[in-house]
Amino acid sequence: MERRTFNKLLGASLTTLAAPAIIRPALAADPLKVGFIYVGPVEDFGWTHQHDLARKDLEAELGDKIKTTYVESVKEGADAERVIAELANKGHGLIYTTSFGFMNPTLKVAKRFPKVKFEHATGYKRAENVATYNIRFYEGRYIQGVIAGKMSKSGIVGYIGSVPIPEVIMGMNGFILGMHSVNPKGRIKAVFINSWYDPGKEADAAKALIDQGADLMAQHTDSTAPLQVAEQRGIQGFGQATDMIKAAPKAQLTSSTDHWLPYYIERTKAVIDGTWKSQDTWGGLASGMLKMAPYTNMPDDVAALAKQTEADIASGKIVIFKGPIKDQSGAVKVAEGSTLDDASIAGMNWLAEGVEGNLPK
Amino acid sequence: MWLGLEPRGQRSAFWTYGSPVLALLLTVVTAAIIFAALGQDPAEALWTFLIEPLTSASGLPELFVKAAPLILIGVGLSIGFRANVWNIGAEGQFTLGAIFGGWLALRVGEGSGWWIFPAMLLLSILGGMIWAAIPAFLKTRFNANEILTSLMLTYVAQLLLLYLVTGPWKDPEGYGFPQTAMFGDGATAPILIPETRLHLGVLIALAAALLGWLILSKSLLGFQLRVLGSAPRAARFAGFSEAGLIWLSLLLGGGLAGLAGLFEVAGPIGQLTPSISPGYGFTAIIVAFLGRLHPLGVVLAGLVLALSYLGGEAAQIDLGLPNAVTGIFQGILLFYLLGCDVLILYRLRLGRKQPPAKHLREASR
Amino acid sequence: MSPEMINILLSIMTASTPLLLAATGELVAEKSGVLNLGLEGMMLVGAVIGFATAVHTGSASLGVLAAVLAGIAMSLVFAFLSLTLMANQVATGLALTIFGTGLSALMGAGYVGTALQPLPKLTIPALSDLPVLGPLLFHQDALIYGSFILLIAVAWFLYRSHAGLVLRAVGDSHDAAHAIGYPVIAIRYAATAFGGGMAGLAGAYMSLAYSPSWSENMTAGRGWIALALVVFATWRPGWLLLGAYLFGGIMYMSLYIQGLGVNLPSQFISSLPYLATIVVLVMISRDRLRIRLNAPACLGRPFFAAG
Repeated sequence: MERRTFNKLLGASLTTLAAPAIIRPALAADPLKVGFIYVGPVEDFGWTHQHDLARKDLEAELGDKIKTTYVESVKEGADAERVIAELANKGHGLIYTTSFGFMNPTLKVAKRFPKVKFEHATGYKRAENVATYNIRFYEGRYIQGVIAGKMSKSGIVGYIGSVPIPEVIMGMNGFILGMHSVNPKGRIKAVFINSWYDPGKEADAAKALIDQGADLMAQHTDSTAPLQVAEQRGIQGFGQATDMIKAAPKAQLTSSTDHWLPYYIERTKAVIDGTWKSQDTWGGLASGMLKMAPYTNMPDDVAALAKQTEADIASGKIVIFKGPIKDQSGAVKVAEGSTLDDASIAGMNWLAEGVEGNLPK
Repeated sequence: MWLGLEPRGQRSAFWTYGSPVLALLLTVVTAAIIFAALGQDPAEALWTFLIEPLTSASGLPELFVKAAPLILIGVGLSIGFRANVWNIGAEGQFTLGAIFGGWLALRVGEGSGWWIFPAMLLLSILGGMIWAAIPAFLKTRFNANEILTSLMLTYVAQLLLLYLVTGPWKDPEGYGFPQTAMFGDGATAPILIPETRLHLGVLIALAAALLGWLILSKSLLGFQLRVLGSAPRAARFAGFSEAGLIWLSLLLGGGLAGLAGLFEVAGPIGQLTPSISPGYGFTAIIVAFLGRLHPLGVVLAGLVLALSYLGGEAAQIDLGLPNAVTGIFQGILLFYLLGCDVLILYRLRLGRKQPPAKHLREASR
Repeated sequence: MSPEMINILLSIMTASTPLLLAATGELVAEKSGVLNLGLEGMMLVGAVIGFATAVHTGSASLGVLAAVLAGIAMSLVFAFLSLTLMANQVATGLALTIFGTGLSALMGAGYVGTALQPLPKLTIPALSDLPVLGPLLFHQDALIYGSFILLIAVAWFLYRSHAGLVLRAVGDSHDAAHAIGYPVIAIRYAATAFGGGMAGLAGAYMSLAYSPSWSENMTAGRGWIALALVVFATWRPGWLLLGAYLFGGIMYMSLYIQGLGVNLPSQFISSLPYLATIVVLVMISRDRLRIRLNAPACLGRPFFAAG
């Protein structure tokens, strides 16, 4: 390979030359080096935090068979490719890239390092040595919607969105479908703050929505600020990504929490065993990648309904995106009797009837 | 004991160049102390931070790829800063350059033609200039502070980019994700060395620095800027057009920042996404000062700063140090540099009120 | 006034207070001739130190105090470089922001996700039961009252006290002030430290009252808006109050109108506070005479006491 000779010419470091040996774990007794690239700081208490918890547990689970490394706050852009390549260069045999913006950089690096396995979260492009994985967050949103339908007196839920992308949109739609299953008149007031993490702005948005009559808060942003505002204003709401009960002991009804560990264990073992193959995984309640925080601060019958809904989604009895579903304008998006396939869900770019908010056209 | 300052009466040639070196040394020493406090072996940590990133095959090319936008923006800013025009919104001008150039790339798609890439370059310069022209206009016409207007426009530019990639320019085959289609081959920056990411932008950045140096040292404009920087009142008496210099500074800075933006999206990134810059426009301010507002100094400074990013990543991978360490080092480096600059115009006076001057001149060297 | 209106006004007060606190401090610093662009960095360090202290001691008051001290410490770094070593103030201020952002992120890493109870509301008995005005004026957290008191105190100090006169003299002509025998550098140190303390206080308001938590870069540009406010107010305290509430109002309303379902992309609405800042700056700045009358003539210029 050209690359190898090029390395020698420039006097590559020992680690670079040693890399091929580590990548073939069957021949080497060395532990498999597993790298993680994070878009945020490990202590963001949201997205990245959950990935890093799983990384630590993975290391505890597999012990000396692996060695993990992480790089935090990697900007999506030119930097990502360099960092991913650097991990590959330094002998990592499996690299998890945990943000959508790392998709094209991951594929570019994967082409240069065919023997390294890559796992990209939330993307849709795969290759021989690149697999993708994500969580069906909308399943949790549906349960939240059911609870909201029961708990909201005004029938208006304030929903703080980050950026108008399919993942956020399908969450809003899942929420309103769940809400409509118990209260057909329920509405969502949606606000996009165009940031994943800005406690000040999130708090302002929560106040604005409460001031407009919302009596429940839902959020697709990572800080605890909206729930804290709910707590101060004496209303309730739902957490995001992690269990936020400590920030809002009276306000949090439940929270959809991300659990990447089962997936990380399965895939890391597959690399060690040599059975790894590129695939797409979209796990939800059934596979344990999505879990609901305890149902708190609500009457027993609502909690029971929530638990039943959770079980029904996991068993497949409830199919969330099943027709008839109309969009904001009243046009039928999913016809009676049909259901959306995964590709249509993954690319969702319309808001369902009952959601008040704007998408960029 | 008493520590005081005494004017030299003229710029010290030695300390003009000695000050950044001293600042770098002090930063390295401080870094070693911080590493030790964080429980690391200082020598190993410094090696990881400063040397190790360059030892791999891709090290040097990557260093230049990272430094190129910093140098391009830094050259433009340093010329403006000399004229006391504080354009701190280069980040926004960078974004507009990427948007303007990216527009053409998306229009031509997979089409080819020799003219596409040069046209993208010109468009990006135009985009950066337009965004910089707003503060220039507001400053010259309405006296509005360019620091604040250019900064506010940065936020607006980022929201504009976000709007475009989540809305009208979204990749139709991208499952609704916030990104445009990948640029075609005809709209991608040429690679200089195969198998690396070293692109044409690196050469252009170096050329811009050289050109900037020639302008500053050889042209009338450079003379005006130098006079303005060192003796603003004299410049006013000499009849230099202040408005002209404000326009020139901002347009130059904006154009180069726009160009840098294009080379990022048409180079290493290959498409428009919501996050095309890790803050190059702000880091370039450090680069400009670290480089003594001198275009060739900016090249060195850009490389030093680029190394600090690469080193920060290496420190995370090899030592598990947090990413925030990089920002702290950059801040400290700039502090030391600004502090050491006092030595250019003043000498330290140590001791009682009036120590023998000759003796001290020896000591300060 | 309807209860909704009162709630909206309360929300705007909260959004405006950090701006007002930081801008009040910067006003004093600038009046003495010091332009400190490091507000954002000082606010962030204040926010993280205040939060950490409150978590460890369980006392919000100690947290606020620590935040003020942290802000002062940061401003002294700036003062040493720009006043003693005569470094360029613009560059030093920018460095302070870059440094403060990194430092606060490093110190705060362990506190992300920790939650605190917000600052208690101080209810003034009897008055707080008044209709409309009661909840607005007499049922707020201590720092909101504090922001008004400090602003009034600063206004009194600058225009009614001898010390304030001296401070303004230093800002208007340091050479003249020095010739009369005032300690220019010492006065500027004090003014800068006051600005730092207020920025720390503003940071504490963010992390202890606004959204009681710590997260990286949580001030999200408010330090810069506070800087714009000082220019907007053309260095006059009364206008500072107006400006802070105007900007707080715009920040809040940009989210409020989105919730009303206005048919505009959210990014356009999100950019409103920044565009408004520019528009307002232009409107104020075009009156060159007023700027010249009120702006400290020596703003940003280094001073060296010869002889």
